[in-house]
Amino acid sequence: MHNVSQTVFAPWDDPDKEPLIQFQNVTKKFGEFVAIDDLTLDIYAQEFFALLGPSGCGKTTMMRMLAGFENPTSGTMKLAGQDIADVPPNKRAVNMMFQSYALFPHLSIWENIAFGLKRDKQSKDQIAARVDEMLKLTRLEKFAQRKPHQISGGQRQRVALARSLAKAPKLLLLDEPLGALDKKLRQDTQFELMDIQETTGTTFVIVTHDQEEAMTVASRVAVMDEGRIIQVSTPAAIYEYPNSVYVADFIGEVNIIDATAKPAGKDEYHLDWAAGEAPILAASERPFSEGQKAHLAIRPEKITITTDKPKDASNAMQGKVLDIAYLGNLSTYHVQLPGGQIIKAQTANTRRIARRDITWEDPVWISWSATAGVLLDQ
Amino acid sequence: MKRLSWFNVTSLTLGFAFLYIPMIILIVYSFNAGKLVTVWSGFSTKWYGTLFQNEAFMNAAWVTIKVAVISSTFATILGTMAAYVLVRGGRFMGRTLFSGMIYAPLVMPEVITGLSLLLLFIGLGLDRGVITIVLAHTTFSMCYVSVVVSSRLVSFDRSLEEAALDLGSSPWEAFRLVTLPIIAPAVISGWLLAFTLSLDDLVIASFTSGPSATTLPIKIFSAVRLGVSPEINALSTIMIAIVTVGVISASLVSKRNSLRAQKDAQAAERTAE
Amino acid sequence: MRRFTLIAVPYAWLLVLFLVPFLIVFKISLSDAAVAIPPYTPNLKDGLGALLAELDFENFAFIASDDLYWKAYLSSLRIALISTFCTLLVGYPIAYGMAKAPEEWRPTLMMLVILPFWTSFLIRVYAWMGILSTEGLLNQLLIGMGVISEPLKILNTNTAVYIGIVYTYLPFMILPIYAALERLDESLNEAAEDLGCSRTQAFWLVTIPLSKNGIIAGCFLVFIPALGEFVIPSLLGGSGTLMIGKVLWEEFFNNRDWPVASAVAVILLLILIIPIVLFQRNQQKQAEAEQ
Repeated sequence: MHNVSQTVFAPWDDPDKEPLIQFQNVTKKFGEFVAIDDLTLDIYAQEFFALLGPSGCGKTTMMRMLAGFENPTSGTMKLAGQDIADVPPNKRAVNMMFQSYALFPHLSIWENIAFGLKRDKQSKDQIAARVDEMLKLTRLEKFAQRKPHQISGGQRQRVALARSLAKAPKLLLLDEPLGALDKKLRQDTQFELMDIQETTGTTFVIVTHDQEEAMTVASRVAVMDEGRIIQVSTPAAIYEYPNSVYVADFIGEVNIIDATAKPAGKDEYHLDWAAGEAPILAASERPFSEGQKAHLAIRPEKITITTDKPKDASNAMQGKVLDIAYLGNLSTYHVQLPGGQIIKAQTANTRRIARRDITWEDPVWISWSATAGVLLDQ
Repeated sequence: MKRLSWFNVTSLTLGFAFLYIPMIILIVYSFNAGKLVTVWSGFSTKWYGTLFQNEAFMNAAWVTIKVAVISSTFATILGTMAAYVLVRGGRFMGRTLFSGMIYAPLVMPEVITGLSLLLLFIGLGLDRGVITIVLAHTTFSMCYVSVVVSSRLVSFDRSLEEAALDLGSSPWEAFRLVTLPIIAPAVISGWLLAFTLSLDDLVIASFTSGPSATTLPIKIFSAVRLGVSPEINALSTIMIAIVTVGVISASLVSKRNSLRAQKDAQAAERTAE
Repeated sequence: MRRFTLIAVPYAWLLVLFLVPFLIVFKISLSDAAVAIPPYTPNLKDGLGALLAELDFENFAFIASDDLYWKAYLSSLRIALISTFCTLLVGYPIAYGMAKAPEEWRPTLMMLVILPFWTSFLIRVYAWMGILSTEGLLNQLLIGMGVISEPLKILNTNTAVYIGIVYTYLPFMILPIYAALERLDESLNEAAEDLGCSRTQAFWLVTIPLSKNGIIAGCFLVFIPALGEFVIPSLLGGSGTLMIGKVLWEEFFNNRDWPVASAVAVILLLILIIPIVLFQRNQQKQAEAEQ
């Protein structure tokens, strides 16, 4: 699954590895509202772990519990094997980078970064050395004496990062760290964050609602909904092997075809999806019984679109082009099948002068292999 | 920008004339040579001289300033605490009563506040004097201070305090090092408001003061009841002058600060990479 | 522990110096006057049982039977209502003019409105004594212009009280109205005119309803303190000016009848509760609307 030349970083696959953070059956209620629902999760040292979900899914509550601003209603939370429920935020070896950055407006950049170090009663020289190191790491040396409102948004973001990293925490929490930046700056900063995470070896837990950001930076992603974790896996596995329609739909674009399964050989099924249509052939390691409801999730880029009927495709059907969305690097075709269903198919625009052989209202063929999609039971 | 219509110009001119002409007349006649406040008989500053020689007025002024400084300081401390409790205190027993007691004195007629405090002091057997006035003034000004400070605290970004805690501050350090410096302008204006209210108060001071301590407003009131006198005009002029200088310099400072903030924001944009 | 101290200190202070005194007023209002120190009975010294047994509503009955008090309450209400209305008439055009003024003038205009508020109340009332008296500047001016031949008696009448209240409370009226008008979107009036309203119609149909909350807030801010006003009626009003604040003061300092003074205070407070509750509700509604 992972074709990385170095040793694969995958402590979660190693049963002997002790997790840095353990959530064990953690529940958090605000009055009647259940923000976190019986959640169990392990996060390992040096991970870049992303909590991903829509607003109100409980990701921020989880982070605030880790920082110590909220206490679980029930269940235990451990940091490096120790129960941290009763440790107040100022005594935790955990630091947080706030969504609003929360830079102290009355202190200079230098004093902001030194703030946490001063609380530890370190010597003046130690503090100065550490602050300078942090300024250098985040390329802010020139701005040390400025106040937060005298620097740009991107620089403020780096100050917030430097300040929370200065105390060399075991765990750094990042609450939507790039939310306030514009798109271009956000992409650059993502790589910068990854570099800093790698250089410092700190464990990062990031909260985000931006799936692209989570996929880019994280070693593992937890997709959350309504206080529960739906799936935890590497970005590639989340994308290619979602465990539910919810995850498949939340990450990237997907076509979902509702059908009834009928076993057709080892790990293969025929799917009846529309009356009078030939069944779809799909491979699945997840077993389905005869007549069970199934949902085929298939990414648009796995679907080929052609003007002629493709030879030896496992699945092929004819439709007409309803819409074309030209995105520059890609084009997405919305193809309407005779039964009325709309299937999205995507092609990469590898040539500058596109062959404009497919256009609106054209009859086209769409086709995909048996292994192109994922068969889901929920 | 559209020009103001004649109607608006007229109403503004008449309105501000109404607000300021009485005070200007008051000031002008403080320099009147004659005893009569209504008949101009030449320029003179002699009433200022007699005012400064009037020991009763000078003593009362001294008592008033003492009371105002002490009570506004206490009121600022208590009012800031109360504001913090109101905005950040969460739920506690009797919270509704607490916020009721903060807001009620703001609308309570002064005669009632004064009367009730006097009856309390008598019940407790406290001798009326500087201390009782200070207690009374602290009580009603702390409510004003807490309204001013809590309106600032409401808009205060709570994550700043959380960040301080997260970086290892104790809650008290977080308040002292982060919250207090940021809300300082509101605390200072709360103090100024409390100070002015105390300087200005006649009714409550009349109820709670004793023969040993008379404040300036009480003195002015009993003098004025007998009719207008140029000495009072002179005193009023001095007080108006102090307030005017204070308010104008405060607004200049805030204007300069907002200009500087604008410049900073522009500079920040320019240095952005 | 720290949280407890933080809550307990201001709480205790207000309990002792605000709530308890008020309960004392209430208790004394149910007592009888006596030639003693303190000048009322019963006292806590007489024991709690005796104390409770002797409390009665005699003072309230007395206030109800003596039409001096009735007249004082009614006349306070009338004076407060009339002067609130006058303050609105004077204050609205000023607030309107401020809101329409160029943006760079507005802070200065604001400062000019607030400045009198920081200067002594007493001095501002005093300033009118010299203007309104029979030999005062207003009469001199009017006679000089030939408008009148005999000086008008304004000082020591209700008219002077109205002028005094309008003058001293004007900033309380202007500021909330200005705040409401300043937020008003100019394009709403333009839309109204575009849809066929005249200027005046647009003002009545758009501007006034949208500044309603400011008007209500301003009126309460003037009405509530005016009702219990003491300084203005005693300096500018005449012997015929009956206001309850003045009556209370005289009952207390001149007649030394503490129980009746307390009963007068209790009734004044009961009257005030209605506008205060209405005001609170208006403020809350406004706060909710803004969210």
